This record gives sequence, structure tokens and C-alpha cells, in this order.
Amino acid sequence: MAVTVLAIIRLHNLVAVVMLSGFYSLLAATLFVVLDAVDVAFTEAAVGAGISTILMLGTLALTTQHEKVRALPRFPLILVALTGVALIYGTADMPDFGDPESPIHEHVAPRYIERSAEEIGLPNIVTSVLASYRGYDTLGEVTVIFTAGIGILTLLGVRRWRSRKPGPDTATGDEDRNAAGGDRA
Amino acid sequence: MTIEIHPGLYNYAIVVMLMMAGLYIVITRGNLVKKIVGLNVFQASVFVLYITMGKIVGGTAPILEAGIEVYSNPLPHVLILTAIVVGVATTALGLALVVRIREAYGTIEEDEIQRQDEAL
Repeated sequence: MAVTVLAIIRLHNLVAVVMLSGFYSLLAATLFVVLDAVDVAFTEAAVGAGISTILMLGTLALTTQHEKVRALPRFPLILVALTGVALIYGTADMPDFGDPESPIHEHVAPRYIERSAEEIGLPNIVTSVLASYRGYDTLGEVTVIFTAGIGILTLLGVRRWRSRKPGPDTATGDEDRNAAGGDRA
Repeated sequence: MTIEIHPGLYNYAIVVMLMMAGLYIVITRGNLVKKIVGLNVFQASVFVLYITMGKIVGGTAPILEAGIEVYSNPLPHVLILTAIVVGVATTALGLALVVRIREAYGTIEEDEIQRQDEAL
């Protein structure tokens, strides 16, 4: 993943950058499988590596494919390095990786693991929590997607529909985008 | 005050490195599409942070099955599932803004957009 990120930083061809970002998402998805988060891995592979990449390629088709090469200032590198050191210092008190005794595993999760089978009746605990215990969260998520869809429509869709007569050659990229937006919900 | 970074915390070091790489892209690159890619890199590093915190050594995926005692924590998985989907919604909105900016200014490079604004 680190190599991919370095390549993303260095490259100026935006198509390559977008492909690498999809690859980065796919690597993250495989990492999630290793870390027992199979549902997250599915979603990351489908949404992060799939839909995001398609949306970005669509944007590149509508805009440009090359980044302007410019001189890089030194200051951001120092700033980012300092922030990184501060963050690593902040993690010194965190529990060890994989420690079953860490606070995150002590409070809510054991109840989900012990009771969700009888209360919800689904073998997959992630589904039980997502759809039932934290159902309002998911409702909020759907609201966010709906709002984003409306935002995209107001930015791109309606204006074109008014300014041009609808014809076979009208902005196919937008229709792809809106179709993808509908699928995400 | 001593600072101990022991080997059990390596996952946080990886996350911080990926996160800072994403932040660096967002700060230094003037191209708007590349900024959004940087934002995605940053976002994915946060996902990795949460999922590594949910992992228990020797645990399995949180799907109930007879004979399995230790499950990894399902709660971070749920939160990150929501976050991934919200993340792609914001990415899509950002890219729509980029397309709109390109139509209005003819470029997606930040400095050129600023120059045009100053010229007005």
C-alpha cells in the first residue's frame, strides 16, 4: 500500500493515478479480509475500488488527463512530518494490536456477540447491528446519499437539461453518474 | 516523561504513514482530481485504523457458528461500512463540483483558477 501511495504522489498522469487509487482500495479490501472484516472488505472492493474508480474516470473523461507539473514547496513536507510524529506519539498509549483485553472489546461488542442470535436471529452479527441495533445510523447514511444525489443533480443534471434540448448526444457521462448514484443506495 | 513505542503498536504507525501521505497530496497538489484521490487515501487509512482496532488475535469474522469462541469486534466493521458508503457519496459530490468548475473556468488546476479570479 505504501508503494502505491508513493506512486500516486509521484505520478502526473491522472488516469494512472486513478487506477492506482483503485488498486490501493483493493489492497485495503484484502487487508480487511485478513483482519476478519469480510463485510467491510466486500464493500470496499465494490464501492471503493469499483464505483469510486468509475466516477473518477468519468470525471477525467469530462475534464483533463494530465496534471500540471509544478515546483513543490518544502513547507508542507515538514508540516506533514511533524503532524505524523505527533500522531505516532499520540498512539503510544493505545492498546496493542489484537489485544483481547483492550477497552474497545469490553463494553458493547460482547452483548452483540452473545445476544444478537436470539434477539435478531441472524448469524452475521455485522448485519444484525447494521440493520437493527444501529438502524437509525443506516437511515442517516441513506439520507446522506440522497442529499449527495440531489447535490450532484443540481450541479450537473438540471442545468444541462434546460440549456440543451434533450438529444442522443446529450451528456452521457452525467447519466452514468446518476445511474451509479441510484445504485449506491 | 519517556516515550515508549513498542512493537505491538506497529499498526498505528502504518496508519499514520498512509494518513500523512494522503494529507500531503491534499496540501501540495493543485490538481483538483488528485486532491480528491488524496482525500480517498486519507479516508482509507482511517478505515484501516478502525478495523485494526477491532481485530482480536485468534478471533474469526463475526459470523455466528457453533464451535467458535472468539469473534473479532463487529462494531467497528458496522461503523466503517457506513463510512465507506458515505465516503463514496462525498467523493461523487466532489467530482461533480470538479466537472462544474472545469465548465466554468476551463481548468482544474488550483493556481490557474485563482489567477482567473484575481483577474476579474
